[in-house]
Amino acid sequence: MKTEKRKKNGKPLSVKDFKSDRNVKWCPGCGDYMILSMMQKTFTQLDHAKEDIVCISGIGCSSRLPYYLNTYGIHSIHGRAPAVSTGLKLANPDLSVWVVSGDGDSMAIGGNHFIHACRRNLDINIIIFNNKIYGMTKGQSSPTTPIGMKTKTAPYGSYEPPFNIGELAISAGATFFARVPDKSPQLLGEVMMEAYRHKGTSVIEVLQNCVIFTDGIHEKLTDRETKDENQLVLTQGEPMVFGKQNEFGIQIDGMKLKKVRLEDKDSANTLIHDATEEETQQHIALAKLQLPDFPVAMGIIRNTESTSFEEELHNIIEQSQKKSSYKNLQELFHSGNTWEVQ
Amino acid sequence: MPDTKSKMKMRKAVVRFSGDSGDGMQLTGEIFSQSSGSAGNDLTTIPDFPAEIRAPQGSIGGVSSFQIQIGGTEIYTPGDEVDVLVALNPAALSANLKFLKPGGTVIADRDNFKKKFLKKANYDENPLEDGSLEDYQVLAAPASSLTKEALKNLGLDMQSVTRSKNMFALGIVYHLFNRPMEPTIDFFEKKFKGKPKVIQANMRALKAGYYFAETTDVLPASIVIPPADLPKGTYRNINGNTAIAWGALAAAEKSGKKLSLSSYPITPASEILHEIAARKDQGAIVLQAEDEIAAVCAAIGASYAGNLSITSTSGPGISLKTEAMGLAVIAELPLVIINVQRSGPSTGLPTKTEQGDLAQALYGRHGEAPLIVMAASSPDDCFFYGYQACRVAMEHMTPVVLLSDSYLASGKSPWRIPSLDELPDIQLPEYEGEAEDWAPYLRDPEFLNRYWKIPGEKGYEHRIGGLEKEDISGHLTYDPENHEKMVHLRQEKIDRVAKKLPSQEITGAQSGNLLVVGWGSSYGAINSAVIELLEEGHENVGFTNFNYLSPLPENTAEIFEKFDRILVCELNTGQFANYLRTKLPMFTYEQFNKNQAQPFFTSEIKSEIIKILEA
Repeated sequence: MKTEKRKKNGKPLSVKDFKSDRNVKWCPGCGDYMILSMMQKTFTQLDHAKEDIVCISGIGCSSRLPYYLNTYGIHSIHGRAPAVSTGLKLANPDLSVWVVSGDGDSMAIGGNHFIHACRRNLDINIIIFNNKIYGMTKGQSSPTTPIGMKTKTAPYGSYEPPFNIGELAISAGATFFARVPDKSPQLLGEVMMEAYRHKGTSVIEVLQNCVIFTDGIHEKLTDRETKDENQLVLTQGEPMVFGKQNEFGIQIDGMKLKKVRLEDKDSANTLIHDATEEETQQHIALAKLQLPDFPVAMGIIRNTESTSFEEELHNIIEQSQKKSSYKNLQELFHSGNTWEVQ
Repeated sequence: MPDTKSKMKMRKAVVRFSGDSGDGMQLTGEIFSQSSGSAGNDLTTIPDFPAEIRAPQGSIGGVSSFQIQIGGTEIYTPGDEVDVLVALNPAALSANLKFLKPGGTVIADRDNFKKKFLKKANYDENPLEDGSLEDYQVLAAPASSLTKEALKNLGLDMQSVTRSKNMFALGIVYHLFNRPMEPTIDFFEKKFKGKPKVIQANMRALKAGYYFAETTDVLPASIVIPPADLPKGTYRNINGNTAIAWGALAAAEKSGKKLSLSSYPITPASEILHEIAARKDQGAIVLQAEDEIAAVCAAIGASYAGNLSITSTSGPGISLKTEAMGLAVIAELPLVIINVQRSGPSTGLPTKTEQGDLAQALYGRHGEAPLIVMAASSPDDCFFYGYQACRVAMEHMTPVVLLSDSYLASGKSPWRIPSLDELPDIQLPEYEGEAEDWAPYLRDPEFLNRYWKIPGEKGYEHRIGGLEKEDISGHLTYDPENHEKMVHLRQEKIDRVAKKLPSQEITGAQSGNLLVVGWGSSYGAINSAVIELLEEGHENVGFTNFNYLSPLPENTAEIFEKFDRILVCELNTGQFANYLRTKLPMFTYEQFNKNQAQPFFTSEIKSEIIKILEA
């Protein structure tokens, strides 16, 4: 079905086809630009035709994105994009559905919809722009704001433990989770394609820079000098190594992960990344690695298979229609006790 | 056996079945209503059961009742005063005796009036023996022991035997109303297919009760209710919730759209979700959402995708949905929001009825957010208004709030099953121009609705959302004049729906002294009151009941002008009256309100009207 739709489109699509006629209004230098451009680029490679792609957002800086994409789209209300997508995807499972959200939108006001989307395994792709702050409302703490960071609502420093998006998503049942810094366009492109191919809820956390309120918050991860040591870029089937010369590796120590400087003798113990492992324990441990003791895991941390929610529901609908005692509504209406009035 | 008993013809009668929660009173009542429908009577029923799933046995709090009014004339309410009260235990008698007419009949299970149960019902003496019931006809039948006797050798456990006494009581009622038992025995065979012992038990208990009444001859006369003069057709009993669900299914079929329902469980609306969840066998796409907000948001998503989309809830759920309802207003998407009202505020009296959410439906959103509001007025017309809400939402690209309530949701009345051809056509707004000339907020010149273009349609890719839109193009804009224009356009779009609505009609006097006004479910009680008054010679009274509340029917003022006085009756403190005061301020509105989380009684409306007429 998907290939058929692609054919009706005729010629291959270019990035231009996905640019809407609206001016993009994010702050100059905002990390959102890269995410938008990678989405437009990724969309040219999908099996879905342009008219079969829908982008849904909530409220916040990130959520303006649908207006800049020349596809179908809804700029809905704060936190509710996963809920809107659920209705839409169930109504028409043939659509490719992309949710864009921020850390406030998805983790605070929309936390409930987020976990239930993960639990149900609806085949949608959720991209969370995590700049660890409320940008549009001008600088309040979010559920991912690190402890100690000063914000408008925590002028003496944040004292609330933050959510780790990967940990939350995987624990809630997400079958796909990836993390990418907004300075790694190529990796983001690859991850988006994998999320598209994955059947079920795919969560992509983009560590995104807010030039106004949290400028440089991801600097240690993205700075040319430190990124190799501070990022653990995961590749399926490859050992978990990092550093300029791949001189570090991740190994197991009892129940915990440990960082080791690799020497020939113990490199054999370095963990091999398997995103397809059903068991969540190691994926959660990877998602939780943080500076300064560990590098931060990037790339696809989890990518497992499971029937999607919409497929499950539509199978039930199909089966129940076959087995129904009522051929049509008239039969239903006349079922049970009826009587005639002459 | 020759029937020697005298027969008493009645135009209508009210029967109330009551017993402990576990006594099967609801099923007993259901079976009696089916039998009454088959006998050609018109009827309306109402269940009354405790909110607790398992209230303590034998306690007054644990009494479950089912009331039915049957008639050889049209019946609009389950009745005020009861002619026949079935009370299977002392608690049931204690809780329900106040409803019984002087001279009315009590059918009691004598076996259950023992010390233990008398005490639980706060009786010091046995009321069946102490003379306190001397104003009534009392049939104190040993129902439990005779049922036990009738069911012996069946090999059923004690509990099943005890439970069957409800059918014994029903048998007595059948004899009292001269009802044939065969159709009910057929029903047992269908309902308990594959359980021959259960069929036998019910049948034997029913017959035992019937013949007990016949042989003991304690009741002075048997009651005959002639068939009512109803329109021809095939009928069934239906409650308001099922009727709404079926109305939506019919609208989906008629419009060629798939039906999407997303709802969150809430009393008393859950049954709509249950019914449509079971109707996956008719292709319905159902989501039990994680919360009320998700339910309405998913419904908006399904609507954008091109399905007939519904969310059903009760007042507290609407409170949570209001922000998203505003999104549907500005996005101009078809969406049906069903509010099965219950008594509030907050959790209130969740199983009890009230018309308290009208103001919320009309105004309960931030900003200027007009939408369609309509209300059903009987359990069976919930089908039509369920259908109509879907039709108007899709034809006019707007959210529609359909108000039902606890009283309609659980009450039943006979429904003449229509064929789909009888239902009005649903004409989806079609855009007939070229794709390049189309824009998201391009409008139909007559009704101002935009056009429903859905994902998958090539060349119509567009974005909608909660931010203010430029007219026609749909681009975001903060332009002050545009906002002014859009605010008025959205209102005007709703107002123009009135052009398609049927004219408001009057029952009784077409002009004169007093116009009684109701809306939604108070129809039955007011209509019965006005009909009785007309029969009693009060020729100056008219009655009009509103189903369309926003917009109001075009001839509303015309009707109001014909009367000297207007009395608005509603189960709140005057929300409709206040609305009329703002919409049609040239009239004076008197009010009759009730805030007891109970429906109106015909008698109280009647005496209020008489009071006004005689003042």
